[in-house]
Amino acid sequence: MGALGSYLQNIKDTVTTIFEGMAVTASHFVRRPYTVQYPDRTPVRVQDTLPFRYRGILEVDLEICTGCLACERACPIDCIVIACEKDPKTRTMVISQFDIDIAKCMYCGLCSEPCPTGSIHHTTEFEGADYSLESLIRRFVKEPVLAYKPKKGPETDPRIAPILNRGMRYINEFAQPGGEKPVEEENEA
Amino acid sequence: METLVDNLIASGAFGAHPNYAVVAGVVEFVGGAVVFLVVAMPFAGIVSWLERRVWARIQSRVGPNRVGPQGFLQWLADGLKNICKEDLIPAEADAPLFKLAPYLVMLAFILPWSVMPFSSSLILADLNVGVLFFTAITALTVVGVLMAGWASNDKWSLIGGIRSAAQIVSYEIPAGLSIFPVVLMTGTLSMQGIIRAQGWAPQRWFLFANPFTFVAANILFISALAEGNRTPFDLPEAESELVAGFATEYSGMRYLFFFMAEWGNLFLIGALITTMFLGGWQCPHVSDNVVVMNLLELLIFNAKVLTVVFVSMWIRGTLPRVRIDQLMTVCWKYFVPLAFVNMIATALWVAIWPHGNPVTGYLMFAIGLIVLAMFVRRVAHYVRRSRMELYFHPTI
Repeated sequence: MGALGSYLQNIKDTVTTIFEGMAVTASHFVRRPYTVQYPDRTPVRVQDTLPFRYRGILEVDLEICTGCLACERACPIDCIVIACEKDPKTRTMVISQFDIDIAKCMYCGLCSEPCPTGSIHHTTEFEGADYSLESLIRRFVKEPVLAYKPKKGPETDPRIAPILNRGMRYINEFAQPGGEKPVEEENEA
Repeated sequence: METLVDNLIASGAFGAHPNYAVVAGVVEFVGGAVVFLVVAMPFAGIVSWLERRVWARIQSRVGPNRVGPQGFLQWLADGLKNICKEDLIPAEADAPLFKLAPYLVMLAFILPWSVMPFSSSLILADLNVGVLFFTAITALTVVGVLMAGWASNDKWSLIGGIRSAAQIVSYEIPAGLSIFPVVLMTGTLSMQGIIRAQGWAPQRWFLFANPFTFVAANILFISALAEGNRTPFDLPEAESELVAGFATEYSGMRYLFFFMAEWGNLFLIGALITTMFLGGWQCPHVSDNVVVMNLLELLIFNAKVLTVVFVSMWIRGTLPRVRIDQLMTVCWKYFVPLAFVNMIATALWVAIWPHGNPVTGYLMFAIGLIVLAMFVRRVAHYVRRSRMELYFHPTI
């Protein structure tokens, strides 16, 4: 191939490669964009698309909290503060304070591992922005509540049973991660 | 414009015995202001929005879609934001030149609108050297850009300015030589004259008149892209190397002037190609009403221009930036010789068929359709291969 041959070859290459390139980009005009228009134009809330064991903001189901303080001890940065008292008259355990400082929390998940009932667990909620650090402290106890006492058999109270089921499922997934696929309504925290 | 003035006087809009010069002056002034305010400036803004949307779709994104319907008012928001910004002049800069440069660039963008043939009678001034005026004035940009680069007293600006100057001066030559075949065939430099020499049907456009004008049209388009500092020739403002090139030190409205000129230049590129090769405003005679015909012509002209503008956005979304030596190679080793070959071959063609060869028009148009069909097949191939969810709406 002489000088003229390579010259013409260059022109041919330019034209054909640009032709192909334009075809590739033109094919993108009819593809659906990947963009997720978070937060206001998503078909479903992004939180609802996250997996069951996603480590979002912590939440406590006080109905099934035994007041064992395992989570408080497990927390490496002491962002959980629990106060448990024994009622002298009825001789039952009462939880009078359960605060989690979300500003300190590092979402390690060590608190939810030792929990016997799955009461303390991560939710799929991740939008924690607020105007002050104080408002990031989640105070779960409005007024002192009775601590939960695990039964011998299955839970009979129809109000507590679903909560406990959810909690046990949360715990079981430590042992078998991904063993159970999340169910849609239970994902909503 | 003269016909418009005549019509206005005949309809008695200016009283019984008007002074022709005064009426003409008023019409020209108002017309010019309207073209500038209603067409040129908003167009530059809307193009900035459209361009972002087009790129976004090419990159499987959405693009600005929040301000107004589908983000249509994004350009107003950007403009307001830039007006509110501080107009900063560096201490070491050459202040008078620094201030003057954006206006020169803007001037080179505004003046060509005066010879813009929107329709058979909607043209501010149908100069008999219209095309020459057009190319000469748009080349004035180089003065403003070089001035901006020099006055900023900054390495990036200077390199950007020098690159832009080299680029515009080089690509003036193939652009001018590619206009030449058309001038040879029509024997006129007037924008309206060139459009009148073509027909509304594609086989009578100069794009398909003969193989050489087809090549000339492509060379003119690419050269115009290079002169407008458009990708793949956007070396003067290569972000990864030069920050923003000659506009590095500018801020606020002065900065926006450069970009308004750049986006507005897209319309000028489209208008030049449309006028020269795509039959301009030519439209089939469907009505005897002058107003209706003019509106139709306006519509057709703008549709053709917007098609060219869209293609240039599409190219910008496709091709990577060329190196400076490749830029010069393309111009001097390929475009200039090809443009000369075109010129001589067209001259011979005109010598053989002084009134054009109608068969070639049909043949070239048929070849064009075949190439288009091949292109659509390739696009379909890539769409199939991607196995993506299809989405045909232009909006999202």
